[in-house]
Amino acid sequence: MLPELGHFSLALALFLALVQSILPLIGANRGDVRLMRSAEVTAYAQVVFVGFAFAALLNAFITSDFTVLNVTNNSNSLKPMIFKIAATWGSHEGSLLLWVFILTIFGAGVAIFGSNLPTSLRARTLSVQAWISVGFLSFMLLTSNPFDRIFPPPLDGDDLNPLLQDIGLAMHPPLLYFGYVGFSIVFSFAAAALIEGRVDAAWARWVRPWTLAAWVSLTAGIALGSWWAYYELGWGGWWFWDPVENVSFMPWLLGTALLHSAIVTEKRDAFKSWTILLAILTFSLSLLGTFIVRSGLLTSVHAFAVDPERGMYILGLLALSIGGSLTLYAWRAPAMVGGGLFKPVSREAGLLINNLILAAATGTVLFGTLYPLFLEAITGDKISVGPQFFNAAFIPMMLPLIFLMGLGPFLSWKRADLAGIVQRLKFVAGLTLIASLVIWYLYERGPVLAFVMLLLAVWLMFTTLHEWAMRIRLFESDLKTAWRRARNLPRAAYGMTTAHLGVALLMLGMIGSTVWKDEVIKFAEPGTTLEIGDFDVTFEGTDRVRGPNYFSERGILRVEMDGEYVTTLYPERRTYPVAQSTTTESAIRSTPAGDLYASISAPSLESAEAAGAWTLRILYEPLVILIWIGSFMLCFGGLLSLSDRRLRVGAPKKSKTLGSQAQAAE
Amino acid sequence: MRRLIAFAPLIIAVVFGGFFFWGLNPDRDPNEIPSVLISQPAPEFSLEKVEGLDTPGFSRADFGDLDRPVIVNVFASWCVPCRAEHTVLTKFVEQDGARLFGINYKDKPKDAVKWLEELGNPYERIGSDIDGRAGIEWGISGVPETFIVREDGTVLYRYVGPVVGEEPEKRFRLALIEAGAIQVGE
Repeated sequence: MLPELGHFSLALALFLALVQSILPLIGANRGDVRLMRSAEVTAYAQVVFVGFAFAALLNAFITSDFTVLNVTNNSNSLKPMIFKIAATWGSHEGSLLLWVFILTIFGAGVAIFGSNLPTSLRARTLSVQAWISVGFLSFMLLTSNPFDRIFPPPLDGDDLNPLLQDIGLAMHPPLLYFGYVGFSIVFSFAAAALIEGRVDAAWARWVRPWTLAAWVSLTAGIALGSWWAYYELGWGGWWFWDPVENVSFMPWLLGTALLHSAIVTEKRDAFKSWTILLAILTFSLSLLGTFIVRSGLLTSVHAFAVDPERGMYILGLLALSIGGSLTLYAWRAPAMVGGGLFKPVSREAGLLINNLILAAATGTVLFGTLYPLFLEAITGDKISVGPQFFNAAFIPMMLPLIFLMGLGPFLSWKRADLAGIVQRLKFVAGLTLIASLVIWYLYERGPVLAFVMLLLAVWLMFTTLHEWAMRIRLFESDLKTAWRRARNLPRAAYGMTTAHLGVALLMLGMIGSTVWKDEVIKFAEPGTTLEIGDFDVTFEGTDRVRGPNYFSERGILRVEMDGEYVTTLYPERRTYPVAQSTTTESAIRSTPAGDLYASISAPSLESAEAAGAWTLRILYEPLVILIWIGSFMLCFGGLLSLSDRRLRVGAPKKSKTLGSQAQAAE
Repeated sequence: MRRLIAFAPLIIAVVFGGFFFWGLNPDRDPNEIPSVLISQPAPEFSLEKVEGLDTPGFSRADFGDLDRPVIVNVFASWCVPCRAEHTVLTKFVEQDGARLFGINYKDKPKDAVKWLEELGNPYERIGSDIDGRAGIEWGISGVPETFIVREDGTVLYRYVGPVVGEEPEKRFRLALIEAGAIQVGE
C-alpha cells in the first residue's frame, strides 16, 4: 500500500509543481501579491509530498519489501542495514527520486529564507524552480517509476553492485546531488533576474549563499567519490578523468568561477551578464552530468543502465531548460550594463582572469570528455581520451591561476598598487623559493612541471598566510592588538584563507602522490619480501574470511621498517555470491608522511594458484592525506564564509551603508 | 556586436545538443570497440609466412600447441607508430619472456623483411596478411593493434593503437600478468 501512496504523492507533487510554475509568474506580471505568495504554499507542499514518496521508498528498502521491483533489483535481505538505506539511491529510479527531493528542499528553502527578497523576484525564482520540478517529476512518472511492483515476488533480492556497498559511496550521491541541485536555485535566480530584466548588487548578495552552499556540497561529494575510488578500486589513484568524474568536476570549476564573479557583482556592480551566464551554465553542466550518466552516451565505469528512451526524455529537458534560459539570456543580457570601472591592475581584473582561466579549463574538460562523441559522429572513428590529454591540457592551464590566487587578495578594488605589492611580497617570494628547493632536495625527483607546481603550491600557502598576518597586523603591532584584530576579522575572510590554504595542501598532496610515489607490481609466492619506499613488505600467505553477504580471500602482508615490525596489512578480494561479482578491498596504512597501499588479485594461471602465488600491487604514496585534508579545508572554508554574519543576516541593505563593512570583509 | 556575443552560448549549446541527439541513436553502442572479440574465440584465419623470412606462417590452429597466453600483434612496415611499439614488444619478449605472434597487415613482403632486419625480429610466427582479410576477421580498426590470446584461442584483451608510453605500457603489462602470459618476479 505504501509504495502506491508514494507513487500517488509524486503525482500530486507534479500537479503542485505545474500550478507553481504558472500562477506566481502571472502574479508577478500583474502585481498580484496573493498569486505571488501562492508559490510559498506550493513549495512547502511539494517538499512534503516528495518527501513522503522518498520515505515510502526508504521504508520499502529497510523492510526489504521484495514486491517492489526496485528493491528486488538493488537489495538483499542479508545486506547490512546502512547499505539497505543507501541502496534507496543506488539505482537510477531511486537516485532520481533523491534528486527531486533535494530540488524541492531547496525550493522550500527559498520560500523560508527568502522573506527578505522582493516579492516578485521570489515568486519568479520559485516559478522557475517549479519548471525544473515539473521536468523531473514527469520524467520519473513517465519513464522511471521507482515504485513498480513485481509479481510473484522473489524470495530474496539481487543485491546492490558490491562496489557501491561502501560508506564513502553511500554518502557520495546525496552530497553530489545537493551540489548539483543547489545550483538549480542559482539558475532559477538568474532566470528570474533575466525575466525581471534587473541585476544589481542586492541580487548578487542573495545568490551568493546559495552558490556557496551548493559549492560546498559539491566539493564534499567529489572528494568523497575520489576517496572511494582511491581505496575501493585498488589502483591507488584518486582521479581518473573518467567521463562521469569530469561531469561532476565541470560544474565545480564553473561554480568556483561563479562564486568569485558574484563577489564582483555584489561589491562593484560589474560582471553582471557574465555572472548570470555562469549561473545558467553551471546548472546546465549539472544537468549535462545527469544526462550523460543516465543515457549511456559515453563509455564509463559509473553509468546506470542504458535506456535510449530515457536519454531522449532528458535531452528534451536539457533542450528546454538550457536552450530556453540561453535564449532568454541572448534576448535580455545585452541590456545589462555593468557599472564599476576598473584599471588593468585591480582586484576586479584579478577576478576576471580567475574567471577566464576557470572557464577555459571547464571548456577543456568538456571538450576532452565529449571529443570521442564528436569524432565518432563526424568520422565514425572510435577513440577514448585518456588522462594524458587532461593532464597535459588542464594542469598547465591551472598553474597561472594558482599564482594569481596568491597575489589576488593583496589587490585592492578599482586600482591596485602593483609596485607596493611587489615590494611587500619580495620576502614571501624568496621564502617560497628556498622552501621549495629544500623540499625538492629532500625528494629529489620528478619532471620540471612538478617543481613548478610545488613552487606555486608553496607560494600560495605563504602568500595566503602572509595576507592573513597582514590583516591582523601580526608583525606591525603587539600580540594583543593582533589577537583582537584576528578575532574581529569577519568569518568570510577566514573562509577565504582556509579555502585557499586548502588548495595549496591539495596541490602538495597531488604532487606527492603522483610524482614521488613508489609502486611495485609483483607476482609473488608466500615468503616473498618486497622493498618499497623505506618499507620491507613480506607476503605471508592468504586466508579466507566470511562477511555478511560475501566471502573473501585475504592477503597477509607483514610490514617492517629497518627490521622493526610496523604493521600487518590485509588486502582482500571479496566475492559476492548473490550479485555475482568480486571487489578489491585495499589495505592502507595511513600516516601524515604517506600512505602504504596494498591490493591483491587472483592468479589466472593454474600452476601459480597451486603454489599460492598472487599478484601484489603495493604503492607508497607520500602526502596523499593532504588531498583529503585540503578538500576538507575547502569545504570548511566555504562553511565559514556561509556562516558570516553578513550572509546570515542577509538583509538587502542599501549598498551605500554596507560599503565600508563589506570592504573590510573581503 | 553585444547582441551577437549574447547569442554565442545558445548557438554552442544547440550544436552540442545536435551531437547528443545523434549519440542517442539506439543502434549505437559506445562500448562496442572494447567488447568485440573479448572473451570470444579468435576468428578462423590461416596465413602464409612472409616471403623471404625464415619465421613460419601463422594460423588459428597454432594456438593449439601453446603453454601459456600469447601476444598477437598486428603490424606493418608502413605504420610509423609500429616502429616505436616494436621496441616495447621486443622488451616484453626478451625481458619478460612473453611469446609474440605477428600479423603483417597489408604489407609488401620485401618491405616487411627489410623492416625486421633493421629492427630485429622478436616474433615466433608471422602471418602475411597481404589482402587484409585476416585483419577484417580480427575486426581491427587500424594498425597497430595488439591482442592477448589464451592457449585455447580465447581473446582475453585488446589494445587499440601503439602500446607506447608509460601508462599504456603499464596497462598492457598488467594485462599480461593477469592473463598469466608473463611471469613477474621470481
